[in-house]
Amino acid sequence: MHKKQGISVRTVVAIGIGTAIFFVLMRYIPIPTGVPDTNINLAYGFLALMGSIFGPVAGGLIAFLGHMFNDLTWGEPWWTWIVADGIYGILFGLTKKYLNIENGGLTKHKLVIFNVYQIIISVLVWGIIAPTGDVLVYSEPASKVYLQGITSVICNALSVGILGTILLVAYARTRSKKGSLKKES
Amino acid sequence: MNNPIISFQDVSFQYQSQSEPTLNHLNFDIYAGEKVLIAGPSGSGKTTISRLMNGLIPSAYPGKLSGKILINGQSVTDQTIFDLSLKVGTVLQDPDTQFVGLTVAEDIAFALENDGEKQSVLKQKASEWAKQLGISEIINNHPQEISGGQKQRVAMAGVLVDEGKILLFDEPLASLDPVAGRESIELIDEMQKKGDTTTVIIEHRIEDVLYKSVDRIILVDEGEIVANDTPDTILKSGILAKLGLREPLYLSALKYAGVDLKQVAHVDNVNDVALTENTVAAVKKWVQPHHSQTLATDQEPVLKAKDISFSYDSKQVLNKLNLSIQPGEMVSLVGRNGVGKTTLSNIITGFLHQSSGSLTLNGKVMDDDSIKERADHIGYVLQDPNMMISKNTVSEEVALGLTLRQVTPDEIETRVAETLKVCGLFEYRHWPISALSFGQKKRVTIAAILVLNPELLILDEPTAGQDWRHYTEMLTFIRDLNQKTGISVIFITHDMHLMMEYSDRVVVLNDGVIAYDDQPMKLFANLDLLKQASLVETSLFTLAQRVKVDPEDLIASFIDQERVGQRDE
Amino acid sequence: MNNNVLIGYKQRDNFVDRLTGTTKLIGLIALSVIGMTSFDTRFLLVLTVCSLALFRVSGIKFHEVSFILGFITVFSVLNLIAVYIFGPKYGVHLYGSEHVIWQGIGPYNLTWEQLFYEFNLFLKYIFTVPLALIFLMTTNPSEFSSSLNRIGISYRISYAVSLALRYIPDVQNDYRQISRAQQARGNEISKKGKLTHRVKVAGQILLPLIFTSLDRIETISQAMELRRFGKLKKRTWYAARPMKRNDFLALIVIALVVLVGIYLFKVNGGRFYNPFK
Repeated sequence: MHKKQGISVRTVVAIGIGTAIFFVLMRYIPIPTGVPDTNINLAYGFLALMGSIFGPVAGGLIAFLGHMFNDLTWGEPWWTWIVADGIYGILFGLTKKYLNIENGGLTKHKLVIFNVYQIIISVLVWGIIAPTGDVLVYSEPASKVYLQGITSVICNALSVGILGTILLVAYARTRSKKGSLKKES
Repeated sequence: MNNPIISFQDVSFQYQSQSEPTLNHLNFDIYAGEKVLIAGPSGSGKTTISRLMNGLIPSAYPGKLSGKILINGQSVTDQTIFDLSLKVGTVLQDPDTQFVGLTVAEDIAFALENDGEKQSVLKQKASEWAKQLGISEIINNHPQEISGGQKQRVAMAGVLVDEGKILLFDEPLASLDPVAGRESIELIDEMQKKGDTTTVIIEHRIEDVLYKSVDRIILVDEGEIVANDTPDTILKSGILAKLGLREPLYLSALKYAGVDLKQVAHVDNVNDVALTENTVAAVKKWVQPHHSQTLATDQEPVLKAKDISFSYDSKQVLNKLNLSIQPGEMVSLVGRNGVGKTTLSNIITGFLHQSSGSLTLNGKVMDDDSIKERADHIGYVLQDPNMMISKNTVSEEVALGLTLRQVTPDEIETRVAETLKVCGLFEYRHWPISALSFGQKKRVTIAAILVLNPELLILDEPTAGQDWRHYTEMLTFIRDLNQKTGISVIFITHDMHLMMEYSDRVVVLNDGVIAYDDQPMKLFANLDLLKQASLVETSLFTLAQRVKVDPEDLIASFIDQERVGQRDE
Repeated sequence: MNNNVLIGYKQRDNFVDRLTGTTKLIGLIALSVIGMTSFDTRFLLVLTVCSLALFRVSGIKFHEVSFILGFITVFSVLNLIAVYIFGPKYGVHLYGSEHVIWQGIGPYNLTWEQLFYEFNLFLKYIFTVPLALIFLMTTNPSEFSSSLNRIGISYRISYAVSLALRYIPDVQNDYRQISRAQQARGNEISKKGKLTHRVKVAGQILLPLIFTSLDRIETISQAMELRRFGKLKKRTWYAARPMKRNDFLALIVIALVVLVGIYLFKVNGGRFYNPFK
């Protein structure tokens, strides 16, 4: 076996493919909420899955790079939110050990805890870190950016809560032991 | 005798995730400069052998290995996957996953980049190998811009840059059309002769590989070697059919004609096979004159396309195309890649809109019908079942289309059960789809479409990547379905055997119009048309020419006989 | 959806085009960060004018980017209105004086301070646009990862970026196919229906895309290991380009601009330039 130098090749590829998917979801497939200019971003549900499978480095970079590419194609790299996104990805990556999803360790209980955790980190990242960054760096009025922040908290937590949960459960199923399947007549 | 370059000595292997060993006590040697075909049905363990040679076991697939594997006299267990990659260059099955560079040149240079070679070396080697493989003009192209055959050449160049002595091909024909496949086999042959490399090909399509001679065939079944001999001996022994592998067509034809293969010399190539007077006489006697029936067309067609035109990026893809499909017909839609087969099926299903012309369904114009409305009549099944499955269990997946159409639960239950029975999946109805085999998954996706009771089914490459046994199962299933329900079927395919034996009609698309629309045997007797459709002549055609009978008659006799054979099974 | 990576790189053969990706990357990051932090109007104006000039030199045609420009304009205007609605007196608060132009209702009057503040914001929104577009449209994607590697990011992560660019078109294509197949069964992301339901439907459509991609991660990483990716501590790049004299000149200019920006913080006693004092 070869010695480890930095992240594994599998993680490298996960970051690459993950970023590609994150970007496509964010750029081309927004779900309009009905409130103008506010979309549910499916990329976050996907991010939750990638973080829990591949860990914090992959999670952080997928979100950071995916968001950066998205912003660049609009000509507007909004660094505060890009960085916030990276933090969000890292925080999702931290669930890897606990969920142990790759070895079929996902349980209902863990899924509930995961959802509590994702709501907390959504509030932390989109309700506090990102808007505070905007106040400090862009000097925008606090009430405006915090309102934007709260909207993002709701949208992203929804995306993770619904899509993320669907994906986690579906992935865990493919990982669980085949068990004793019997043909039925 | 010199030492073998690859040597398996009493090798057994069991994957960590499996309860049974995949390989049992394998013994074989491959010598420098040899060209060896390793064949076997899916699940036989042939891919595992290749993973043992290139180091993916244990690097990517851990498990329990016993016995000894020597490459160049050195044990593989002492070497990393990186060390091994310098000796064994692997061309993987799916050229899209192997192509990791952003352009052709970068992908060729990828291994050398990882060795930290100087840029001047990278550029020189990339252009040198691109030239060797005839891909110099596309060296700056993106992977999205080139064909499957070209991608495979890039993959070959990308491992040839190492100038290792062993080349390993994992199912090189799986994703290529017949012309590209033949070119690929020629190229592999050329590289082996020129570079003095040892070549190992893992394939189940034996006749296509034998288009250029190989030194030896190793047959694997259920983790054991069942034969290891020259092609001639193996073909004569008749073991292929027993393993569920396809025998070369010309040999089947000779057998049908009552020729004893044991008495025939050089059976491994249709051009070399010795045809004595007796053999020729036997074939001539067997071939029956063929009466071409005209197809009944008095019925209202299920689908009629009239003057359909479509252009994309100011390029005319379809130009006033006319086509009609009769109820209960099985039609193969063929043509080279990019000729517009997918575009046409997308127009039929409503994913794209024609720029002019009109489509009628059972006599009614359907140009304004939505995708969903059309889907009640026309089902479309993608090549890769994994791209269609979105539910957990078999019955949920099959029920999805009905659920979304707000059908009552009771009706859903009966219709799903009915469909599952037709598709032979009823006993698996509560299984998670992830536990099914590839062929079963494919059936699930077909069932999920059939449950909507369409009158027309469009199947995109329904047989891709399946060995002979599964292939026959799949197509027999579709034909039974067609006979039981009267559903019309359009196959979008490159598979010549499918066209020959399972289609009533073949439609060749070329230059935006239908270039041929008739029974299959006529197409296979016409070399110009075959070329337009990116198909190659079958060995039956060559055999007919050699015994001097009408190719159309020989092919028709062959098909008749095959159908009889299948019915008897 | 364009088949080419992101929005159409093509060779344009001019001064900007010939700079290495490294220079352009450093330039984009450095300038966007200093422009993001600075509220010195004079500085932002110069930055905006210069980046527009650069855009002109880069040879990108207006019609190539008109869609994006339209979007950015709408985005900026909406944002500026939102800022006014939520903080009509924010400018007054920042600059510490109040010059009323028009007396409205309650806090909603119009002051020079507010106008000036929002003008600053406007410049901040738009000055990056030409720079980002230049970066995307004149940097050969192949060269991008070698540039990242050169500025000190590990080659593994740099290569991950290259893989992302490589597979974005494939992912788009897969998505298109999958969503069509689902639409035929009656599954589509529509604008109607309950929000949570819509997300669930989207989930069903995405499931096959994501799971086939996860399989792909395994096979691609095997393919890369079979060609020795990850063997050494460093790797070389086919598409890397050497830094030339113009690159160093450009980097010096960029450094000067950044230094001026920082110097202005000192002159202004903070990030803001205040003409009302």
